[in-house]
Amino acid sequence: MKKNWWKVLAVVLLVFTVVAGMLAEVPRLAILNETIRNLFFHVPMWFGMILILLVSVVYSIKYLSDPTVKNDVIAFEAAKVGILFGVLGIVTGMEWAKFTWGEYWSNDPKQNASAIGLLIYFAYLVLRSSFSEQQQRARISAVYNIFAFAALIPLLFILPRLTDSLHPGNGGNPGFNTYDMDSSLRIIFYPAVLGWTLLGIWMVNVKSRLEILRQRLYETV
Amino acid sequence: MLFKEILYLIRKDLVLEWRQKYALNGMLLYVGSVVFVCYLSFGMRSNLLVAPVWNALLWIILLFTSVNAIAKSFMQENRGRLLYFYSIVSPQGIILAKIIYNTLLMLLLAIICFVFYGFVLGNPVEDVPMFLLSLLLGALGFSTSLTMISSIASKAANSSTLMAVLSFPVIVPMLLMLMKMSKNAMDGLERSASLDELLTLLAINMIVVTVSYILFPYLWRS
Repeated sequence: MKKNWWKVLAVVLLVFTVVAGMLAEVPRLAILNETIRNLFFHVPMWFGMILILLVSVVYSIKYLSDPTVKNDVIAFEAAKVGILFGVLGIVTGMEWAKFTWGEYWSNDPKQNASAIGLLIYFAYLVLRSSFSEQQQRARISAVYNIFAFAALIPLLFILPRLTDSLHPGNGGNPGFNTYDMDSSLRIIFYPAVLGWTLLGIWMVNVKSRLEILRQRLYETV
Repeated sequence: MLFKEILYLIRKDLVLEWRQKYALNGMLLYVGSVVFVCYLSFGMRSNLLVAPVWNALLWIILLFTSVNAIAKSFMQENRGRLLYFYSIVSPQGIILAKIIYNTLLMLLLAIICFVFYGFVLGNPVEDVPMFLLSLLLGALGFSTSLTMISSIASKAANSSTLMAVLSFPVIVPMLLMLMKMSKNAMDGLERSASLDELLTLLAINMIVVTVSYILFPYLWRS
């Protein structure tokens, strides 16, 4: 029980996020209206994706210095969970964009950048599946994972800042960080980020343990 | 030591390319035919080819040319020669030499492509030196990221498909900045307007070269 306190924390935080996110009082802003509640579901997906992909890259680096099955499995499973978060982030974002911008896809630089980011990681999955020998697959996909993450950083953090975006906080649109992210939003937003990220780490944990056990089973049978 | 190795390897690649001219001639013919196909599909209706389309088409031609040209940089080496290099030179020397060589190759192809393209489809560029600078940065950027990708793809089974799949998403941010910069040059805007793009491109190139320099030894071992 002592080791699992963070799983309890994740459940508590997520229950809090869903209940408070749906029911709590939120500021009334033009255009955004009630869709501002998406802040608790859409934005944490991107935080979670970046953090979990970071875990994946860290384990890829660890694999290159210490090639064990465990490092490879964790890097792969973390990349898959990162992709899941990215897809959910795009879907929740498109749903929100339909109600605020009028279109599911409005050629916004951040939308495009996240789509390209997902393409990079789909390419990672394709690359992984094209090797049959296990050690070669692990090493080469670790190299690509690090390379792709280095290419992803300018894509997500530098390019969108050079152009105007429809996203809140860019190009004169109301943002959450400056004047109108009041404390009632923050008090739900930060637990939401923590909760979703912990859930992602939990998924990586369970899936990689399962995968390691499965490989061990194949070895012994 | 590393410097001498790099110079030697570049010279080897140049000599090799010059001796088996079919690869170089193939690339030149490729550029020529693609530009001509574009001319045939747009030439009769030249009013369709407004400045942004002209720019985008040129960069798409350059992108496909560079993917094809750089894909072979590791695939054409045979097994015996790779083993020989493995025993005498350092992996860092090889990747840096390949990057520099591919930059030179891409620069040559890009300039020929630009001249021929401008000749056939008209040349609306107002600030030619700035446009050439964007071509230079494009050659540098394509060769840095594609060299590493081609070394990854050459290890896999269906390497030519994989080359395209792996490289396009990685190269898109670079391509967008290049298009913006060359569009500025076409419109003859002030040069300071492109400074942001120029610095970002240089920074991305620095990141990619550093990462390739660190990671290539791990690929090389297999």
